[in-house]
Amino acid sequence: MTTTPRAGIDRRRFLARAGAATASAVIAGPTLRSALADSAVPLTPGTPDGLASVARLEALPGKKPLIKLSYRPPNYETPLEYFNDVLTPNDAFFVRYHLANIPEVSAAEWRLKIAGDAVERPAEYDLAALKNGFEQVELVAVCQCSGNRRGLSVPHVQGVEWGYGAMGNARWRGVRLKDVLAKSGVKKEALEVWLNGAETPIVDKTPDFVKSLPVWKALDENTIIAFEMNGQPLPHYNGFPARLIVAGWTGTYWTKHITNVDVNTKSLTNFWMAAAYRVPTGKFPLVDHFVSQENAASTPITEMVVNSVMTNVRDGQRIKSGKPATVKGIAWDGGYGIQVVEVSTDAGKSWRPATLGQDLGRFSFRPWSYSFTPPKPGTYPVMAKATNRIGASQTFVLNFNPAGYHNNVVQLVNLVAA
Amino acid sequence: MKAYHLALLAAVIASPAAAQDEHVVLKDGAGKEAVERNCSVCHSLDYIPMNSKFLDRAKWDATIKKMSGPYGAGIDPDDAKEILNYLAANYAG
Repeated sequence: MTTTPRAGIDRRRFLARAGAATASAVIAGPTLRSALADSAVPLTPGTPDGLASVARLEALPGKKPLIKLSYRPPNYETPLEYFNDVLTPNDAFFVRYHLANIPEVSAAEWRLKIAGDAVERPAEYDLAALKNGFEQVELVAVCQCSGNRRGLSVPHVQGVEWGYGAMGNARWRGVRLKDVLAKSGVKKEALEVWLNGAETPIVDKTPDFVKSLPVWKALDENTIIAFEMNGQPLPHYNGFPARLIVAGWTGTYWTKHITNVDVNTKSLTNFWMAAAYRVPTGKFPLVDHFVSQENAASTPITEMVVNSVMTNVRDGQRIKSGKPATVKGIAWDGGYGIQVVEVSTDAGKSWRPATLGQDLGRFSFRPWSYSFTPPKPGTYPVMAKATNRIGASQTFVLNFNPAGYHNNVVQLVNLVAA
Repeated sequence: MKAYHLALLAAVIASPAAAQDEHVVLKDGAGKEAVERNCSVCHSLDYIPMNSKFLDRAKWDATIKKMSGPYGAGIDPDDAKEILNYLAANYAG
């Protein structure tokens, strides 16, 4: 969708109309919606106070009511209870956009272009050619926004103030990017693979949301162009008709409505690579490095840190003294797999292993559960801590960074036995 | 007014349905009109209360500069002053 200034429209009239449109948007709202009490919105404890005044449970077309953080661009968070299931339903899967011009892409008209100065043979595929031209693969993988839990930063940092729910886990079906690129012939000088989707900015001067991957990650067998999610076509708001799955890495690289894959000999130096989605160099114990984009001060975010969340209990929830209580949750990481989840019911003084549930692969949520019987009435501060197969664990103190990324602080939920 | 501002306004007008679905109320105060006129071109206004109250005046100023610069909004300097005064008075911690 492009917007071109139309000649011949009087500026003053233009302004008046724009003003009226804005004013009606602002004034019409509360009279219609004030009945929706803010308290009904299941916000994550610790998010900024101001969030409560704008967060709403609202449904986008084709979606269940999710926690609306911003209307435009649409940013909607998945309520915690959906994570009681290991696969996140498509209609409850979180929505995250940077740019507000989001076209409804038709499957018939969609094309994927492979180009760049480091491919031998540029190519173009329609959906059928992509589906039929390459081996189809399935992969269960977590898609988590880099900024998930940003709203819990201490001190707070600017941005979309996500709680726990800017993530989801799905069974993706598609074709390997490496197979598609092999058909075009990747030159040995290839450095980065640039990715663009169909959404565009409102203002021409806003940088288009183009991202890049190091060639080695683009050629990983777990990087796929997906056209199905949990056995269904992708929902519009999750990238229909095709999006990239970069298993293990944060959502910023999972280009939605993907239209262009350019294999280049040069680094992408736009705002979204050079200024955004970066963490202080050396701050996090991560394995994957995006070397061509790294400098002494900062480095692109890469794989997800090991993390967990309790899904069936809320702070202050009542349980029965002398009766077994079961705490359920999920754990995940950047693709090494979960080794153990330990649970404490005494604020971290002692820990016992939880029972791990169904294993859908190393990129998936891993469900877990832990049962205990509170011996007497009182408050039980419950904590859960995941460790992955390379020995990395969640932190107890926030590893603060200015963009609020990689928050894997161990959660504390007080259960009250009576 | 620069050409692309007209483009922005056209975008706002072109999608009245989207605009009407945005139920966001900002606090009344001097400069609110400049906020609505500029900020709502690219994003709904819920971004402002959501990011409160923990930014101080200097951080709101940096935000406006970021929107005007890297994000390409090209906010008129007089409007930028009004916006800053409004945000500092109503949404700063």
